[in-house]
Amino acid sequence: MKRALLALLLVAAPLRADSDLPPSRWANQQLPDARQEAAATALMQEIRCLVCQGQSIADSDAELAGDMRALVRERIARGESAEAVRRWLVERYGAWVSYRPPVEPLSWPLWAAPIGLLLAGGWLLRGRFRRRG
Amino acid sequence: MSRLRFLPLIVFALIVVAVAWRLAIPRDDRVASKLEGQKLPAFALPPALPGKPGLTSADLASGAPRLVNVFASWCVPCAAEAPVLLDLKRRGVAIDAIAIRDRPEDVAAFLAQHGDPFIRIGGDADSRVLIALGSSGVPESFVIDGRGVIRAQHIGPIMPQDVAGILAALEDAK
Repeated sequence: MKRALLALLLVAAPLRADSDLPPSRWANQQLPDARQEAAATALMQEIRCLVCQGQSIADSDAELAGDMRALVRERIARGESAEAVRRWLVERYGAWVSYRPPVEPLSWPLWAAPIGLLLAGGWLLRGRFRRRG
Repeated sequence: MSRLRFLPLIVFALIVVAVAWRLAIPRDDRVASKLEGQKLPAFALPPALPGKPGLTSADLASGAPRLVNVFASWCVPCAAEAPVLLDLKRRGVAIDAIAIRDRPEDVAAFLAQHGDPFIRIGGDADSRVLIALGSSGVPESFVIDGRGVIRAQHIGPIMPQDVAGILAALEDAK
């Protein structure tokens, strides 16, 4: 029985989760203009992959991430600014798709946290210095 | 100091509660399109296979609600939802499709095997329209009203239990 099950495992073909088509042209190829490529790369590192949601599209091997990299490169090569491309994506997927959170009431604690921590640290230090003196 | 004695225990208990909560209610990692309620982005896709027209955004503003199914021949859940789409077609729903990253012969084989409920099928070889729609993968379906406004998005395969909801959304879009 065990053997039969093992044999079954060997013949089982894994299901495909990706297409057979090759990656888009600009998914893994740099733009000829170094300045544009730098802008595209910086943006790709700040756009979240929709498939592997903890990764940026620059890091992800998912096909959709490749297509999104191609989209970013093509739009920037056409002369669009990185911010315009980011806005276009945020319009479709929400602020979630960008790793640079917008300043809005919901994210105020996030932006205030470093300042709050610095103030708290300063307060603690003050207590220490006072005791020494 | 004694007041803080139980602090580590309390922190530990909070971590246990957080972990148990996420295990009991897993996070919903579906990404909804923010374009619901907005006009379809303009697009024009070539036919995904010979013998069937391609799909443009103008085709979808036809005066009556339509369903747009985003699918691919290489996508397993798409095969699972195929009989349900055929059922929707029998109920008189106008269904168009966008085939993602597909070859004409693969689309033809898929339709031959699973049935063809589609009026038009546009081929989206590099997922450009998929991204423009705010979709995050296959299969997904969009309910489009007669003026070409996206009225609802269904993420994942349409299963028999989803039919009532889809029909209601199409009715709402009239």
